[in-house]
Amino acid sequence: MNDGQNIPVLEVSGLSVSFQMYDKILEQKELQVISELDIKVYAGEILAIAGSSGSGKSLLVSAILGILPENARVSGKIRYNGHMLTPELQRQLRGTEIALVPQSVDFLDPLMKAGVQADGHRKPYPSQKRRALFRRFGLPEETEKRYPFQLSGGMARRVLVSTALITDAQLIIADEPTPGMSLEQALEALRMFREMADDGKAVVLITHDIDLAFAFADRIAVFYAGTTVETASARDFQAGPDALRHPYSKALWRALPQNGFEPIDGTQPYAGSLPRGCLFAPRCSRSTPKCVQEVPSMRTLRSGEVRCFYAE
Amino acid sequence: MNKTANRIVIIFLKNCIRMLSLLFAVSIISFALVSASPIDPVQQYIMGIGPVSEEQRAGIEAYWGVDKPPTVRYFSWLCALLHGDFGTSLLYRRPVIEIIAERFQNSFAMMLCAWIFSGIIGFSLGCVMGMNRDKWQDNVIRKLCCLLSSVPTFWLGLVLLLIFAVKLGWFPVGFSTPIGMRNNEVSIWQRLHHLALPALTLSLMSFSNIALHTRQKMIDVMNSSYILFARARGEDRWTLFARHGLRNTILPALTLQFASFAELFGGSVLAENVFSYPGLGSAVSAAGLNSDVPLLLGITLFSTLFVCVGNMIANLLYGIIDPKIREVGQ
Repeated sequence: MNDGQNIPVLEVSGLSVSFQMYDKILEQKELQVISELDIKVYAGEILAIAGSSGSGKSLLVSAILGILPENARVSGKIRYNGHMLTPELQRQLRGTEIALVPQSVDFLDPLMKAGVQADGHRKPYPSQKRRALFRRFGLPEETEKRYPFQLSGGMARRVLVSTALITDAQLIIADEPTPGMSLEQALEALRMFREMADDGKAVVLITHDIDLAFAFADRIAVFYAGTTVETASARDFQAGPDALRHPYSKALWRALPQNGFEPIDGTQPYAGSLPRGCLFAPRCSRSTPKCVQEVPSMRTLRSGEVRCFYAE
Repeated sequence: MNKTANRIVIIFLKNCIRMLSLLFAVSIISFALVSASPIDPVQQYIMGIGPVSEEQRAGIEAYWGVDKPPTVRYFSWLCALLHGDFGTSLLYRRPVIEIIAERFQNSFAMMLCAWIFSGIIGFSLGCVMGMNRDKWQDNVIRKLCCLLSSVPTFWLGLVLLLIFAVKLGWFPVGFSTPIGMRNNEVSIWQRLHHLALPALTLSLMSFSNIALHTRQKMIDVMNSSYILFARARGEDRWTLFARHGLRNTILPALTLQFASFAELFGGSVLAENVFSYPGLGSAVSAAGLNSDVPLLLGITLFSTLFVCVGNMIANLLYGIIDPKIREVGQ
């Protein structure tokens, strides 16, 4: 989609997030949940973030928006349209320039009617625009007077999406928007995100639903244990393991039901017990002593990026 | 809307039936307890009117039916109750129902003040604690709440009495009206002045419950997904509180407050005794100490009714203000 010449809407480089925990009395322990994470998203494209649970996807969202818990430590750089994101800038941007589409109806206040809720807290309330959006999404007129518990899963999803569209945000982050939806609903939701991207917005799509994501996204970032191991175009994923770069991405591809359903040994390491070198080394068939000692950095390879010494 | 009204009526009727059956059960149990107690009502009655001969005493016993079996006595009492006759207080020599009505007015004013005060203070402090979890505000207020809820009411009453009535002289030492004044000459301000200290004692005893409950609820709300999303949409702390925190915590707090009538009544017995406040609470202890059986039974039934009404209001209120219950049929 994009040749990478212009400035990305969102650029995360070397992001690490850790939590201060008290292990025993007065003994502090640092729990690293995101390490050296890099992603870039350009205007007009969908970047899908794929990875199993526990790979730090949802925390990345909180880090970008600046709403991490107070005991979190963040290092690394996040740039929005080239500007460094400071807590002050994050405060200004969240809900205006950067919008989050959360997972489920649980993210709506149970005691607030859908209309008021979608309008948000900023005055003047954008009620006209919201009504138009509700109409566009085929939500019946009386939806605005409904409480979240009165909405079906699909209706709640559309209300949540409209909260993002109401804002004119340039960057939209959708956190697991499809689980619990029927195939038709999931397709419809993804089509909405595709439309947003085609309107010139940058969309980050965090998902478990790898097949669907591949069909709608432009590029895919593969997360493993809180870091990015590869970013590749969606075409590479459709082409198969030979087009992919990182051993984990290849393994992920082979583990898909239609590609053989082939699991690999071991489990993803969790925060607190991360290996010293490459995070994937303990499970990698090509791992060498170097992989165990040293963390590989992200490098460009065949118009994608990979975090591996030996990928070719 | 019609459906909602219908459901409220149904809830109301169900609650009424429950309340009546409970009153019935309480009347049986309290009657049985009084019958089993060593109190001799005839003796208490005679003590009030002076020396009587053996024949006169036997006459009274026959007239009252003391020699009849307890079930017969119970049903004759119940029949009288159903006709609105609660009997005559042995202590005050007036109909029980009159005493309850008069004393309840005094108690009601005091309990209402204490109830509103503890509700507002408790809820506000709970909000402050919940919004500032583990910060110094939370720690200080939480400790204060635990301290106040473990202090005995009468002790707190005595301390307040010593400080504000004896030392500072801001409030009267006791009673509901100034001494030596006719009842109809007393102004509303004088009445409020007299009920201030007992009401304060009572509310200090009961606000910690609502405060700690609201704190926990507010913490739950602030940890919820919808608060995370609201923050992601750019709401600041105050907006989070005003838009989401308040509406999600006030409902359970209100219910809890209405359901706390029992503690309120229990507390008023102690507070009224310390302040010699002529309310229902001091009447019940006077009736108990002086073996005034009709008054004791009357107040027992009345306080049951009072607590039940509180619980019923809590139930009905939930149905009216919680949309999850209110709009179920739509």
